[in-house]
Amino acid sequence: MTDLSRNGSAGVSAADPAPIAPFSRAWLTARWVPLVLFAALALLPFVADWAGEGFYITLFTRIMILAIAAVSLDLILGYGAMVSFGHAAYLGIGAYVIGILDYHAVGNAWIGWPLGIAVSAVAALLIGAVSLKTRGVYFIMITLAFAQMLYFAATSLSRYGGDDGLTIWGRNTVPGLDGWLDLEDRTTYYYVVFVCLLLVYLLCRALVTSRFGRVIRGAKENEQRMRAVGFNPYVYRLVAFTLSGAMAGLAGVLLANHAEFVSPAYMAWTRSGELIVMVVLGGMGTLHGAIIGAISFLMLEEILSGLWQHWKVIFGPLLILLVLFARGGIVGWLEKRRHG
Amino acid sequence: MAEPLLEVSRLRKAFGAVIATDDLSLTVEPGEIHAVIGPNGAGKTTLISQLTGDVTPDSGSVRFDGRDITRLPTHRRAQRGLARSFQITSILPGFTVLENAAVAAQAHAGHSFRFFGDAGRDRQVNAVAYQALETVGLADRAPVPARTLSHGEKRQLELAIALATKPKLLLLDEPMAGVGKEETAIMVAMLRRLRADYTILLVEHDMDAVFALADRITVLVYGRAIATGTPDRIRTDPEVRAAYLGEEEIG
Repeated sequence: MTDLSRNGSAGVSAADPAPIAPFSRAWLTARWVPLVLFAALALLPFVADWAGEGFYITLFTRIMILAIAAVSLDLILGYGAMVSFGHAAYLGIGAYVIGILDYHAVGNAWIGWPLGIAVSAVAALLIGAVSLKTRGVYFIMITLAFAQMLYFAATSLSRYGGDDGLTIWGRNTVPGLDGWLDLEDRTTYYYVVFVCLLLVYLLCRALVTSRFGRVIRGAKENEQRMRAVGFNPYVYRLVAFTLSGAMAGLAGVLLANHAEFVSPAYMAWTRSGELIVMVVLGGMGTLHGAIIGAISFLMLEEILSGLWQHWKVIFGPLLILLVLFARGGIVGWLEKRRHG
Repeated sequence: MAEPLLEVSRLRKAFGAVIATDDLSLTVEPGEIHAVIGPNGAGKTTLISQLTGDVTPDSGSVRFDGRDITRLPTHRRAQRGLARSFQITSILPGFTVLENAAVAAQAHAGHSFRFFGDAGRDRQVNAVAYQALETVGLADRAPVPARTLSHGEKRQLELAIALATKPKLLLLDEPMAGVGKEETAIMVAMLRRLRADYTILLVEHDMDAVFALADRITVLVYGRAIATGTPDRIRTDPEVRAAYLGEEEIG
């Protein structure tokens, strides 16, 4: 109702889901949340240094890495209703590629990063090809099953640490750019991750606006109708799923470099669940909501775990309440407040 | 004489002991409006489903535009130019009215593996979509979300989506279903305008509409085509009268 009174004359309402192209004027007015968000993230290291709280640079590097994975999940979950309950698998694969290469003394980012992304993409292509034959709960279960398979495969890699994981002896090097791109430097690495997040965000934003994205969104709205006009939703979903897996793989590559450690825990089903919670908490189908969700989730975890040993007792119910009472997630709530 | 656009030959489909389509043959000639009528349970829906590819026949064949499409999946038939409207409105409720038509136009304007560029600004696609909306009289509703349309408007949109695919054959499954007298009249007038440009297979309950529009009518009873002919011939056909006895007055 408020939608109509607010925007009725313009013929555009908040219910209108047609994504807006990046950098258009409408985008600037409608997309104030992501603009503020990225500006804040860009300035964070300065503030942290000034306040003498360098720890936040490290924390937010990790947050942005998981935000990349959350954005990639939102692409298929929020826009395509594909509830992948095994998205941590691609994160883990990306990380293991870096870990295993490092074990064999290959620390070159030009080799490791594209390879990490490519292997994750292939895994997503194969898993998606099977999983996307199913819908609904079956899809959730089968993506979970595949992720668990990979999890146990990782624990059995005794050569590469098995259960205990694998320590990486230093972050990747970037030959050719050695002079000014030292990934061991905290602030440099922060901005590398920041640029990755920005690129992933802009890529996803372009995707959902494009012809391709329109087919994905249409198939979520009404699959039968999309078939009847001449689309085979399966193929489009598979491509989206693969792209999403590749982006999650990039997050894994970054995470391995960040932690200088990889372990099967990266692929655990709980991590997949956390990614879904981040997306839902921030606001599905908005992309920047996934970033806000990742920040909120991990900051809450950080704060609560410092307060009380049994913090999960509060954290769990709190998440449930947030999801129940803030429909549309934090982004939905923000937009309602602004217009309300 | 030219080859029929659609040729259904000896189609048969049984669900267990129930024979829904029994040795059914019919043709749709280019440019005609061919109506299929029949009492409830005559197998009209099953016939439509076999034409669209949702149901595979046990035997028999469907030829469309010179090719056998009996085993083709739904989306491939649509790509060949077979467009349908649904008996129960099937639109994209969260999309705008324009985008509903535009996505249909997009399906027939090059491939959709385009990952960059704003689809909403595709002039070629939008032009086709607007034209389809204008044809059905929905152009002024283009920017509103489709879910906010009235039932009658949704029926119009249903038709616009089919038109936006620039089809060779329009398969209309009870387009008047659930709409009032006034809106039915509008729809009949619209279909009359469309006959100049489209070939239409019309499955419809509303007898007045069928007899006002159709060039030829096929009467379906228990999955069999008991008669095919002009409205005048069907009106006086004794077998048809017998089948409809006690159902409703014909014509």
